Amino acid sequence: MDALATSALRLGDDSLVLGQRLSEWCGHAPALEIDLSLANCALDLIGQATHFLGLAGELEGKVRDADTLAYRRDVMDFTNCLLVEQQNGDFAHTIARQFLFSNYQELLFAGLTASKHARFAEIAAKAVKEVAYHAKLASDWVVRLGDGTDESRTRMIAALDWMWRFSDELFVMDEVDAALGIDKAALRPAWDRRIDAALAEAALERPSPRRGVMGGRAGHHSEQLGHLLSEMQFLQRSYPGATW
Amino acid sequence: MSALHKPPASRRSAMAHAGETSVVKIRAILADIPDPEIPAVSVLDLGIVREVTDDRVVITPTYTGCPATLYIEQAIRRALDANGFMHVRIETALSPPWSTDWISDEGREKLRAYGIAPPPKGAAAASLKNDQRAQCPRCGSLNTVEVSRFGSTPCKALWRCNACVEPFDRFKCH
Repeated sequence: MDALATSALRLGDDSLVLGQRLSEWCGHAPALEIDLSLANCALDLIGQATHFLGLAGELEGKVRDADTLAYRRDVMDFTNCLLVEQQNGDFAHTIARQFLFSNYQELLFAGLTASKHARFAEIAAKAVKEVAYHAKLASDWVVRLGDGTDESRTRMIAALDWMWRFSDELFVMDEVDAALGIDKAALRPAWDRRIDAALAEAALERPSPRRGVMGGRAGHHSEQLGHLLSEMQFLQRSYPGATW
Repeated sequence: MSALHKPPASRRSAMAHAGETSVVKIRAILADIPDPEIPAVSVLDLGIVREVTDDRVVITPTYTGCPATLYIEQAIRRALDANGFMHVRIETALSPPWSTDWISDEGREKLRAYGIAPPPKGAAAASLKNDQRAQCPRCGSLNTVEVSRFGSTPCKALWRCNACVEPFDRFKCH
């Protein structure tokens, strides 16, 4: 797969895995409004994944379509960042993951809208408006939980502390990103400002620095991604090629 | 499209001459196709039909993951076929991205009558920064509050009117 196809695959995998994670909340969220919010975000992400994986398939040589890439690859072939595959945990963990990721994705897509690669630019332009909602939702909840009860605050601190170690990977640049023409490392200062502003409003400290955990782009995933895929891909694994 | 559905050559050239009439007819057909999730408005009212010519209809999704997108395409296909426009192709375009500014004035009024507060006009660009109060579609009060930024479909947010104490949907600025 060439660099541009791999870029599309990475973008699609990030959206697909997080979309699948969020959809695990469907029917289980603490309140109806939250259930609807998370399901809506999941839907947006799966929509992005459909576009980016479809594009990856086209760039690769038009053999695999979006469904084939989503349902017929094994865990080592997934190129998503480790942050998005983290388990939902409690609501604070889900929000912390969304907070760190959506703020990154909004900046990334905003940058991609100016890409010289028109297909990437048009998907990003379509999706960036939706992602702005995700970032706002997550940031609002970080403030509400962080500046809420002792219990919600304790949980928000623990959740941020866990998710934080996966944030460095978002900004790592390699030759694949270079081919797409987006400098992910350059997004970091703007991301830091957004994160710090919400944390300040939530009266929360930035988690103490720790060594970033990486490997997702190279297919080195946690055990948890396999569990996620076994559920998501169940039908196509058991009945390959099934349609209805 | 299979060859079976292709109109005969003589008919195709007649259609080319009658291009403008075809466009008017196709638009009339589209005006009768309701949005599956908000049947009060048509696909034309919603502004998701980007272009109509005598041989193609270009549509655009509202939201990236909107499950209605495929349904709408199928509904348009059925309606075109049923009215003898088997040769008209349906294409999808993502760019420029759909905005609520493309909802027609008529569409806005239909939304309001249906109980959904329409998005303010020209506000799509500033949608997140400028959270103007929605006007209650039932009593017209501006004494309203957002309950949830996300509603029963991707395009709607959940609001409540403090005056008549009724919940209502608001079409999100987008």
